[in-house]
Amino acid sequence: MCLAVPGRVLDIEERDGTRMATVDFGGVVKEVCLEYLPDLRVGEYAIVHVGFALQRLDEESARQTLELFAELGLLQEEFGDPWEAAAADAAGSEPVEEVHNQ
Amino acid sequence: MKYIDEFQDPELARRLLDDIHATVTRPWALMEVCGGQTHSIIRHGIDQLLPDKVELIHGPGCPVCVTPLEVIDKALEIASRPEVIFCSFGDMLRVPGTGRDLFQVRGEGGDVRVVYSPLDALRIAQQNPDREVVFFGIGFETTAPPNAMTVHQARKLGIQNFSMLVSHVRVPPAIEAIMSSPSCRVQGFLAAGHVCSVMGMGEYPELAERFRVPIVVTGFEPLDILEGVRRTVRQLERGEHTVDNAYARAVRAEGNPAARAMLEDVFEVTDRAWRGIGVIPQSGWRLAPKYRAYDAEHRFSVEGIRTQEPAECRSGEVLQGLLKPHECEAFGTLCTPRTPLGATMVSSEGACAAYYLYRRLDMPATKAQEATPVV
Amino acid sequence: MSDTTDLPVPALDVEAWTCPAPLRDRPRVVMGHGGGGVLSAELVQQIFAPAFGGEVLAQMGDAAVLSLGGARLAFSTDSYVVRPLFFPGGSIGDLAVNGTVNDLAMSGARAAYLSCGFILEEGVGLDVVTRVSEALGAAARTACVEVATGDTKVVEAGHGDGIYINTAGIGLVPAGVDLRPERVVPGDVVIVSGAIGVHGVAVMSVREGLEFGVEIKSDCAALGGLVDAMLAVTPDLHVLRDPTRGGLAASLNEIAQASGTGVVIRERDVPVPPAVANACAILGLDPMYIANEGKLVAFVPREHADAVLAAMRAHPLGADSVIIGEAVEAHPGMVVARTGLGGTRVVDLPIGEQLPRIC
Repeated sequence: MCLAVPGRVLDIEERDGTRMATVDFGGVVKEVCLEYLPDLRVGEYAIVHVGFALQRLDEESARQTLELFAELGLLQEEFGDPWEAAAADAAGSEPVEEVHNQ
Repeated sequence: MKYIDEFQDPELARRLLDDIHATVTRPWALMEVCGGQTHSIIRHGIDQLLPDKVELIHGPGCPVCVTPLEVIDKALEIASRPEVIFCSFGDMLRVPGTGRDLFQVRGEGGDVRVVYSPLDALRIAQQNPDREVVFFGIGFETTAPPNAMTVHQARKLGIQNFSMLVSHVRVPPAIEAIMSSPSCRVQGFLAAGHVCSVMGMGEYPELAERFRVPIVVTGFEPLDILEGVRRTVRQLERGEHTVDNAYARAVRAEGNPAARAMLEDVFEVTDRAWRGIGVIPQSGWRLAPKYRAYDAEHRFSVEGIRTQEPAECRSGEVLQGLLKPHECEAFGTLCTPRTPLGATMVSSEGACAAYYLYRRLDMPATKAQEATPVV
Repeated sequence: MSDTTDLPVPALDVEAWTCPAPLRDRPRVVMGHGGGGVLSAELVQQIFAPAFGGEVLAQMGDAAVLSLGGARLAFSTDSYVVRPLFFPGGSIGDLAVNGTVNDLAMSGARAAYLSCGFILEEGVGLDVVTRVSEALGAAARTACVEVATGDTKVVEAGHGDGIYINTAGIGLVPAGVDLRPERVVPGDVVIVSGAIGVHGVAVMSVREGLEFGVEIKSDCAALGGLVDAMLAVTPDLHVLRDPTRGGLAASLNEIAQASGTGVVIRERDVPVPPAVANACAILGLDPMYIANEGKLVAFVPREHADAVLAAMRAHPLGADSVIIGEAVEAHPGMVVARTGLGGTRVVDLPIGEQLPRIC
């Protein structure tokens, strides 16, 4: 249900009163409707589904996730679970039994 | 492609797999409710690489597969009319209705066109003012905002010759229905990442609590899926049942507010029949009364539809995770991607098609041989 | 219609996508019969072969290899119905030459002469016919093949989609060359001559409903010279195929089934240009099933593999050649891929899943 692909905004224009963007998907360029992401700027990334940008891609979050994957297994013995450690840092205390965002 | 390639890294996949292998001590049954995730799992061989104790049950996450037979038959009827240009996503063209599919309607002279985006269908309506353009608006919550915007645009621009045949489905009621079934074996869910990009995560804590199942919002690349499994297994091993976001780069807790506002405006919740499963209350969206003029069901009175599913088709049991595709008697013989009995064999992430296309090697030899087509 | 730009861009056509229903269920021709996959094969098996008979036809090779007056000839025909007529990197004229030249090359033959039949739609601009003819002529000169004879017919407006072309070609097969899938044995090495999916994506990028901007030009090219370079290493190659409709997956499956061997390929070794991979990602397509018009796949005896690969890489059309797998004894008739993660999946015959999808 969810074939949505990340792309980078090249330029933005109004067409028929609709906010449209030219988006670059790694060398493939397509027109995309930007109405659902009114704050998205040129140079930023979004996931695109059937010609619509649906959510901004968070660079920092992606980087952190990959870093944590890389640390898997290495930190385990010394420092315990890297996710719990990061969550504890973020929350300022022990992880809480609610929605985690990592 | 950025944000794709990094999340396919085999070395990182290995580490995630090692962690899962090290964590699991008991058998667990997890379900993913997204056709795109099913496709990714099978296509990359993730299910083969997970420990035997972790079972992945493929849920009804393929909107193509669950679109009710009656709606398909209505689509076929409308598409057959000479004044109609019928536009659809490619996925729907080969889904069998009662006795035929959209491809066949095309062969018989119907003007059936594949489009990438619903906006393309609107453009076709503007370019063909003397024809009636109908768009087949199916999908989960990910596709609903594009379809909603298109209807909204049609109304705003005063385009008269456009309408949409709507059959949207929602994930949370499906999870509820699955977990309420007495034969349910599911102990944890991988929630659909892009659905949550739109809707946020607010509908899931109540389900996690009521049924005591961990629900982990999961992406689509191999590392995303492995991480979703890893976090779900970890919760299960610890006896936890919370909602967790393993796809943070594309999912915020509140989802996309602009999209949700449009959905509120254009659609209203309705009961919906899921092909192979039955009616799940409040599990679908239809056009709100304000947009009735753009509702194809309203515009084209489609009478006398008598639906008939092939008796041998057990796709409903497959969709609920009660039957593995190759356990069905018709699998690979009567029912193949070329001659599908039900929708799960048509769509490439329907479980039956996925098993047929990618997994024949793992099946008992006789089943695999029957299933291999001879050219 | 006076200019290509005025030609109506047709609604999405399904050149590489087959309709799934079997022939026996319906009495009419459907688009899938031209798809090059399972339905096309049925048409040949159920209607044409019984009607024509003949031993040569029964071999079902891409080109027929004939004995005539002491010479071994390869003889092949192909029809070109592509839309649009002009696409990035080529035109129907280039395809009409290179397609047939390549069919002959897959039998080891250097195409010597072509015939060329045009079916023109009433009302097509003569400037369009000129452009196509000039492209065809240029392609023939590049391929060192001569158009020796031809024919022209005109059909009423509304029947021809502009221009259809049929070409047939003949060439001599060198002594000692016997290229057929039946020659494949477990242990043979599978080599592909370069990046896949290029032609299909180039054509898709200009089709209505899917337009996207991409720096991909069709790889349409004549492969006779590349094949000569390979045969110069050894005439004892086992089989060559040009993966056109249905892509690499179709060719590998046809060879596996005809030879009765299994085929294993390693996904990470199959070369796919990033723009092709990304275009496929957007549409939900698999590059393995996308058409190529200037590539070949070869099954080579293991002892010659390195030398043949080197010869291919030394040729301009084979510079990116790479070994992607081998023929094996296991799972006869089936093509299996080792995924990037180390799992396995069957690579099936294309049967219509190549429609753009949203899931």
